[in-house]
Formats: sequence, structure tokens, C-alpha cells
Amino acid sequence: MSEPVSALNHAGFDGLAKVTECGLHGMITLRGDLAARAVKAAATGASGVKMPGPNEVQSKGDNALCWMSPDELLVICDYKDVRQVLDKMHKSLGAAHALAVDMSDARTMFCVTGSSARDVMAKLTPADLSPATFGPGQIRRSRLAQIPAAFWLEDDQSFRIICFRSVAQYAFDLLCTAAGAGSDVGYFSAAPIRPT
Amino acid sequence: MLILTCPYCGIEADETELASGGEAHLTRHGPGTSEDDFSNYLFTRQNPLGVHFERWRHAHGCGKWFHAARDTGTLEVFATYPAQTAEPPKTVCDAIRKRRPGWTWQGTA
Ligand SMILES: [Zn+2]
Repeated sequence: MSEPVSALNHAGFDGLAKVTECGLHGMITLRGDLAARAVKAAATGASGVKMPGPNEVQSKGDNALCWMSPDELLVICDYKDVRQVLDKMHKSLGAAHALAVDMSDARTMFCVTGSSARDVMAKLTPADLSPATFGPGQIRRSRLAQIPAAFWLEDDQSFRIICFRSVAQYAFDLLCTAAGAGSDVGYFSAAPIRPT
Repeated sequence: MLILTCPYCGIEADETELASGGEAHLTRHGPGTSEDDFSNYLFTRQNPLGVHFERWRHAHGCGKWFHAARDTGTLEVFATYPAQTAEPPKTVCDAIRKRRPGWTWQGTA
């Protein structure tokens, strides 16, 4: 049995913000009527996380439920638990018109942390990242330069970002460039971290 | 910069997050129709300076197709609305008439 390895194997970069490829995560795409009892029960039951509202993310420990569209949720869990969680979801869904698929190996997750994290991300996405509009608990699907990405805030200084695994190197290079020394704009961060 | 609010997820998306789908509310002419109708369906489009209806997809967001009514000259957006309609709803027409008195959908009252 081969050892699964994430796209960039925990690559990291320290600049205006700390950029890390945060390894393999279990990611299950669930599509269906999010108002249907069976669909809600499958998502919350298998993850132990509360149902998120539109554009929201709910989490508990390593598990999370991300609202991706009016008929799509992303279930995040430990990589080694995916099969078990997926089985549980399928049992729970029964005959309901829905789709649950393991997407773990199609994706990459990054963390961007630090007091300049908002500024770093705002260089790359057209999404409004002002604290008044975007805070912890919300998720935004948008783009980072030329690639689609979804991101949310774990706390006010920590972004989680997911994108396709096939563009992991591009995403990492983008984030490192945006977090490069001497490129702080100090738009959101009152006192940006200035690397010495 | 054109900014449209997606009626499905409520996100204010700028045009770089969207994919344009061209003119909205076309009548599809397929097999069994005249060559002229089919040709017009494929190739003939309105190109007005003023009120216009378009299809857009929230490509870098929730992925849904929706409609937008806007002014091609001023970039004023009158409304965005769901895709499941063959013509603009009354509320959208009313919103346009409020800003462009006398305007009518396809020249009808
Ligand atoms: Zn949307």
C-alpha cells in the first residue's frame, strides 16, 4: 500500500504572513436539496457539525461543513476517516436524491496566518475582505489570480484556502509572492509585520 | 467594473468572477424549424445602447446561471434574477421603468 502524500507535502513560507500547505484532508462533496431532511441529517450526522447557513462554515474539531452553493456542501474530516464518513452519509441518505463523493485527492488546502493575512489574500482575490463584510464563520468562493479557490477565516488572522490539487504549486507561488518581504500594503492591518 | 449580485448566493461578484453567457431570453429554434429561424437563433443578437438583458454564470462562486438587466451605456444594473424564466419578471420591468420611463419589454406595453 502506497503512502498518500499531499500536493506540496507541507511546504511552508514565512513572510508578511505564514503560508503553509496543510496536508491531506478528507473532503466530501455533497449535492442535493439542502433543505431536505435526509440531506441535512447525512451532513450533520456524519460530521457531528451543525448545518451552516448560506455562505457560512461550521466546524467542530477537525470536522467542518462548508456551504458551497444552494445545493452543495463540502464535508471536511480527517483524511483517514473519509471512507467511514462517506459510508455513514450514504446510509443516512438512503433513497434521497443526492450525491456524495470523495474529492479529497482532487484538492489542496493552505493556511495563511498572521496580522497581514487579510492584506495578503486581498492582493489575489476580488472578494471584499474588509472585516465588516468577511469574518470568521463565513466562506467565500472566488478566485486567487487565475484559479478558482474557496476560503474562510478560522479566526481573524487565519485563512484556510482550498483549491484544486492540480494548481497547488501555482497557488503556493501566488501566496508566497503576495506575502513577500517588503510588499506589505497595510490596508487592513494597522501595524503590518515587517520582516527584518 | 461591472458588479452583479448573484440571486442564488447573494454574493456581490465583480465581472472577473463571472462568465458571460450573452443575450438572455432567446427563443430556441431547433430541428423542424425554418433555416432562417435556426440561423437567427444561432447568430442574430441585439446590440442595444441602453437597456439590455444578459445571462451570466457565477463561475468562480456558486456556479449558478442567472439573469441581469442593465444599461450597456451607463453600466447601471437594474436587477439580477434567477434563470428559470423565459422573460423578465414584472418586478424587473417595473424597476427598469422607474429609471427609464416609457421603456417596454420588446416594445410591448
Ligand atoms: Zn452565486
